[in-house]
Amino acid sequence: MKNSELVSKYMRDSRLPHIWCPGCGHGIIMHSIIRAIENLGLDKDKVTIVSGIGCSSRAPGYMDFNTLHTTHGRALAFATGIKLAKPDMKVIVISGDGDASAIGGNHLIHAARRNIGITTIVFNNNIYGMTGGQYSPTTPHGDFGTTAPYGNIDRPFDIANLAAAAGATYAARTTAFHATQMTNYIQKAIAHEGFSLVEAISVCPTYYGRKNKKGSAVAMMNFLKESFVDVKAAERMTPEQLQGKFLMGEFKHNTQLPEYSAEYQKIVDRLRKE
Amino acid sequence: MSKSKEQLEIKINKNWCKGCGICIAFCPKKVLGFDDNGKVNMNDRENCIKCGQCELRCPDFAIFLGGIDNE
Repeated sequence: MKNSELVSKYMRDSRLPHIWCPGCGHGIIMHSIIRAIENLGLDKDKVTIVSGIGCSSRAPGYMDFNTLHTTHGRALAFATGIKLAKPDMKVIVISGDGDASAIGGNHLIHAARRNIGITTIVFNNNIYGMTGGQYSPTTPHGDFGTTAPYGNIDRPFDIANLAAAAGATYAARTTAFHATQMTNYIQKAIAHEGFSLVEAISVCPTYYGRKNKKGSAVAMMNFLKESFVDVKAAERMTPEQLQGKFLMGEFKHNTQLPEYSAEYQKIVDRLRKE
Repeated sequence: MSKSKEQLEIKINKNWCKGCGICIAFCPKKVLGFDDNGKVNMNDRENCIKCGQCELRCPDFAIFLGGIDNE
């Protein structure tokens, strides 16, 4: 057998190897998504994967489900249509940090506000990789990009908390290093009824890494290992210990609020009766 | 995975490996290395504990625990 059982079952293996650079974290996240789907035992025909534009958005092309590659930032708009037309479908949106929070920023906050049953996985590599390393809304303050040759003066978005504040009922963050935890969060997010978002921190050794002298893919993975702290562990740490650390974990999990496509169906049913 | 550890073996698809070295760095038993082409190579099959950490973090689906019988 040439490939693992999981790859043969869920990937369009004639399309592989993928186009992502050596050491790119996106492949690890894509692998976590198919592991989560396998663990949930979902029917491939009952899953739709939607993406926008960017490195991350190449992923659905490699995945053997119903897939849709849409316009920049608009994956959630297309996904909303799919969810309303087929409420039984598990709709998963794969988006990048720029695609989700800059170009599609409004789609993100309004999908979250409506609490529509879509799972969004944001592949956050802190930069626009596909177009050549321009700084994105998640590039850390002071870091470099092609369009920030003297350092980025912006302050970055915290995508997981942005979604939670906008109304998402499940929001979590994890990293490509913590791949088992990532599978677990993605699994919970897909099983969740309302809008769920998992911010998956990726590594971009080619652009973000090179521009910011972060070293090899292995060095960047070690950085993720050492600098991300779980929110629960962080509660017991002093401000000095938290210096230079980033938080990961589950930020929000609320199963009480109504899901949008179900609410919509109630209106349809009521008007049909009248 | 339903197979027991004895029935599993690390398999490598060198055509897909891009030589990033992530699996080599995070292997707890340090049994992996680079070959002459800069791709991953199983150097010490005896000491491999089949934990699957390499498969977990391989971005390219190039290394995995597969069944020992099927080739």
